[in-house]
Amino acid sequence: MSNTLTLAEVEHIAELAKLGLTPQEAQMFQEQLSAILDYAAMLQQVDTEGVLPTAQGLDSGEAERPGMREDRVAPSLAQAQALANAPAQQDGQFKVHPILDE
Amino acid sequence: MDYEAIIGMEVHAQLKTASKMFCGCDANYAAAPPNTHVCPVCLGLPGALPVMNRVAIEYVLMAGLALNCAIPEEAKFDRKNYPYPDLVKGYQISQYDMPLSRDGWIEIRLEDGTAKRIRIRRAHLEEDTGKSTHMGAYSLVDYNRSGMPLMEVVTEPDIRSGAEAWAYLTKLRAILRYLGIASGNMEEGAMRCEVNISLRPAGSAAFGTKVEVKNLNSFRSVRQSIDYEIKRQAAILDAGGQVEQVTMGWDENAGRTVVQRSKEEANDYRYFPEPDLPVVRARRAWVDELRARLPELPDARQERLIAAGLRPYDAQVLTEEREVAEYVDAALSAGQAAGADARSISNWIMGELFRLLKESGQDIATIQVAPGELAALVGLVNRGAINAAAGKQVLEEMFATGRPAAAIVEARGLAQISDSSELERIVEEAIAANPKAVQDYREGKKAAVGFLTGQVMRASRGKANPQVVSELLRAKLG
Repeated sequence: MSNTLTLAEVEHIAELAKLGLTPQEAQMFQEQLSAILDYAAMLQQVDTEGVLPTAQGLDSGEAERPGMREDRVAPSLAQAQALANAPAQQDGQFKVHPILDE
Repeated sequence: MDYEAIIGMEVHAQLKTASKMFCGCDANYAAAPPNTHVCPVCLGLPGALPVMNRVAIEYVLMAGLALNCAIPEEAKFDRKNYPYPDLVKGYQISQYDMPLSRDGWIEIRLEDGTAKRIRIRRAHLEEDTGKSTHMGAYSLVDYNRSGMPLMEVVTEPDIRSGAEAWAYLTKLRAILRYLGIASGNMEEGAMRCEVNISLRPAGSAAFGTKVEVKNLNSFRSVRQSIDYEIKRQAAILDAGGQVEQVTMGWDENAGRTVVQRSKEEANDYRYFPEPDLPVVRARRAWVDELRARLPELPDARQERLIAAGLRPYDAQVLTEEREVAEYVDAALSAGQAAGADARSISNWIMGELFRLLKESGQDIATIQVAPGELAALVGLVNRGAINAAAGKQVLEEMFATGRPAAAIVEARGLAQISDSSELERIVEEAIAANPKAVQDYREGKKAAVGFLTGQVMRASRGKANPQVVSELLRAKLG
């Protein structure tokens, strides 16, 4: 097993993703994520001399202004539909846990 | 110690499109009930796919051109990941390393009249978030704003003071309004501002620790928060302390910055290319077409007004708002036929007309005084048909009623008396009635002529030509 990622880095990533990991899980993900990075490192060894960088897999090729829509208004959902799957709602709004910012 | 403030700004401006950035939801949601301008795309429902609004892309490219930016041939969108309830997908579609435009500049005029360039690092496109309301034990979220096209304009750290930041914002907003792509209205949240400020000893090349101030929602708060931060940081440094790297907010009521969060939980947005959107290719023909659509911008207008004879400061003020600039242009072109020179027209607009606008709270685009009529009034004053004091009264009545200047002068009998025989009679009466002032004058108190002129003006009910009166007085008093 390689050690591309440290345990601390795994915990940082988990924190960013708002995931609480047990020590066993952190260990497991350290191995799995490291394996993914190793794979990427392997790809980086390929000689790409003379190959243009690809910013995006979805290349529109030579088409003129591809993949765009005209600025036209289309119908929206009704409020009840928009809120249909909300775990909680109030006054037509989504009700969520308090946002603690400060 | 003397410090130099190093300030950079980020301005977010909502674009005035008809529909949202990546879906067809109506962008005009201001008066709508919550969550009625939403769809699977801007609610971030699984499987929904974003499609770019061509007009939003074009607006940012036009802004880029107007800000003297380079337009790279390729631009892409990226996902900026962070968890927050008003961000439906857990990421914001933004642009990371390949923005729609970069490396431009804006020219501002400083208080001493000199011009300064503020470099623009980039202008890119992203989507706005929903709006959350904090209720204490819980929060409410309305996603009508989610997915609105939002342009972000980032400067290089070229700003040095609150006053420069003010000038920059004024200019940027003027450009966006001239282009017709954004309202730039900060009070309505259609334009939002963040500044970052650090201090360094004057003459030093190193940078100090940067403090970010967010959520500034007026020009005034931008200026005040910068001035406050400069003082706060200088006091810390003078006391031998270290400025902490933090994100702050501006407390409008207390007039001070307050720490929002410390930088320890450094933002780690894990940007990566948005796989659901193709690369944007700004081809030459398209960019040329957009360039051709640019209107005359504030700088060019300003130069034209200065060339027409206006003072640089006046030219700047009169070009800040497109409506004002258009009014000025119309008045100037009517001015030639009306015998009103550009400088006089500008003085009347900057002085009396602006006063009336301010007092009445009216907008120049909808006032009753047509630009041609203003020019006619200035022409009457310039030709000596009425004096300046009468001119002010006439303008007030024009403003209130929309009647033409000449008709008001006629109806109110304000035409100035320049006819010397009639004036001569009034002057002689004034001399006879004020022996004391006459004696003073003859004994060398030349200022007494002012008093006598006043008496004549009063006797003529303001209609005398003050210049002719004072000449006559001097001649008669010897």
